[in-house]
Amino acid sequence: MSTVTQPSGELARPGRPALRPAPGRGLVSRGRELSGRVFNGFSHLFLVVWAVMVIYPLLWVVMSAFKDDSEVIREPLSLIPDELHWDNFTRAWGEGHLGAFFLNTLLVLVGSVFLTMLLGSMAAYVLARYEFPGNRLIYYMFLSGLTLPIYLAAVPLFKGVYNMGIVLPLLGPNRHLMLILVYVAWSLSFTVFFMHSFFRTLPDSIAEAAMVDGASHSRLFFSVMLPMSKPGLISIGIFNVLGQWNQWYLPTLLMQSVAGEPKNQVIAQGLIELSVNQGYRSDWSGLFAGVTMAMLPVLIVYIVFQRQVQSGLTAGVSK
Amino acid sequence: MRHGVARFVTGFLALPVALYLFYVVWPFAQAAGYSLTNWGGYSDKQEFVGLDNYVRLFSDELIRKAFWHNVFFLVTVPLFTIALALFLAFLLNVGGREDRAGIRGVFGSGLYKVIFFFPQVLSLVVIAVMWQQIYRSDSQGLINGLLMKIGLVEADDPIAFTADPEPFLGVPAVLWWLLFIAVWSGAGFYMVLFSAAMQSIPKDIYEAAILDGAGRFDTFFRITLPLLRDTISVAWVYLGFIALDMYALVFVMTPSQGGPNHASEIFASVLNFTAFQKGQFGYACAMGVALAVFTILLAALQLRITRRERIEY
Repeated sequence: MSTVTQPSGELARPGRPALRPAPGRGLVSRGRELSGRVFNGFSHLFLVVWAVMVIYPLLWVVMSAFKDDSEVIREPLSLIPDELHWDNFTRAWGEGHLGAFFLNTLLVLVGSVFLTMLLGSMAAYVLARYEFPGNRLIYYMFLSGLTLPIYLAAVPLFKGVYNMGIVLPLLGPNRHLMLILVYVAWSLSFTVFFMHSFFRTLPDSIAEAAMVDGASHSRLFFSVMLPMSKPGLISIGIFNVLGQWNQWYLPTLLMQSVAGEPKNQVIAQGLIELSVNQGYRSDWSGLFAGVTMAMLPVLIVYIVFQRQVQSGLTAGVSK
Repeated sequence: MRHGVARFVTGFLALPVALYLFYVVWPFAQAAGYSLTNWGGYSDKQEFVGLDNYVRLFSDELIRKAFWHNVFFLVTVPLFTIALALFLAFLLNVGGREDRAGIRGVFGSGLYKVIFFFPQVLSLVVIAVMWQQIYRSDSQGLINGLLMKIGLVEADDPIAFTADPEPFLGVPAVLWWLLFIAVWSGAGFYMVLFSAAMQSIPKDIYEAAILDGAGRFDTFFRITLPLLRDTISVAWVYLGFIALDMYALVFVMTPSQGGPNHASEIFASVLNFTAFQKGQFGYACAMGVALAVFTILLAALQLRITRRERIEY
């Protein structure tokens, strides 16, 4: 199941002679060729239809972001704006606070992804390669987090964070550091699960050689094992970046203002608020601009690194 | 040496385990505890009520509704997503010309894959906000606007989409519209997954079948599909989790987060409503525990059903 990244053609066993055409094939395949052509045309038709269904809504949102409000209302369907209203973006960035949301998201993600990867692989490594009493217990404890719905923990989690904030204000509600730690804790399950199976596959001989050369346990981990796990780290890294970037429930729950201070919202949370508030002061073009700004960076990163992202995410499922 | 190992293991595990215990395990444990009380959430007053909350779950009309809506998503989201993804993967991989080297994938399949995958990298919230605009019930909405232009929909009688509680095939229309978004956003990802699995099936199996005169439909249904069984069952389990997680769509897109008139309530929305609007934390926690038990049973069941001997190539 882990061969998803390999290109197919080269998978065939080495040393196999090239396939010869079937005997008499030239005679039978007249009719089949025709049906093949029809089928080929049908395939393209359907694939194009689906591609349009994926792209058209995205394009429509991006293009609407360049219209002014009156044009959004007058010509809602057109894909080509009369002129490019860049001011929608500056308005969403400033008055819509998207700039602040972006900054918050960035601050949280830098810390949380780094810590998730570090702590997750540390725990997975120890659990995968060292025998000690309680090993299985801890592993299954991490694993159980995969099946539990986050909503169940909502109330006590908020209460725990709130109480923590009374003792240590930096870890209270509406604090970046708190959100970082919460993200890390909730991402550990899958990260440990994924890296655990990865560390298991690493050969023992290299570890032994390093130990003979006098490397300490932690040095063995940081300078031998971790670099060897790079493919796994990339997969799980992409998974965590996207997963935490997309997180909306935890921030909505935890980044609430307690003492009347402004909320430190992340981008997903901010967008929800922006769209819910549309009823009161409708700034359609601003909303479209906001969605566009939340959408385009990820799409561009994806298009540039599409091979890695596709294989990283599908490997995450098929492990 | 032995001592060094113990110190190393503790050192590496201490921080992750502590974080996990405090932010994940402890809240879950507390939730299980609160579910046995009548705690309101805003006061310190709470009494032990035993299993009363759980008994109440069974007679709660709203919960019963939410339960069936969850079941609806649980069946339809994997079913439609996998069917569409398989169909797309089939077209991509065997839709091309047939020649001496066998049946080929369609021209430009790489490009199709990149495009179909787009929704997967967008956050659910972005998708929800975007579709909220597409589903608008006036001429500004993408779908209503298009249909009005070609005259299929009257301007004074637009499609209500997520504000439509009228049942279609016995299920409120709003749920079908939400389902469509879930399938739209998921199909590309599973298509890529199935495509990769299809391509890791050794070519010589196909070659043998084609030599024996099998066409592309035969090879797909008799060879590819059975060999994809593992991947499909994994996809089914994952989509099952996603189906339980439709809350983001319900939260952003439906009137009063579960409306209209409770037509789109699911477990999570009832839970949040009960905890934060009605202020019945104890009861909400009981719902959560029930949901967790339901999820775990379901996961176990699915793994049990789909487990089969693996075919190694």
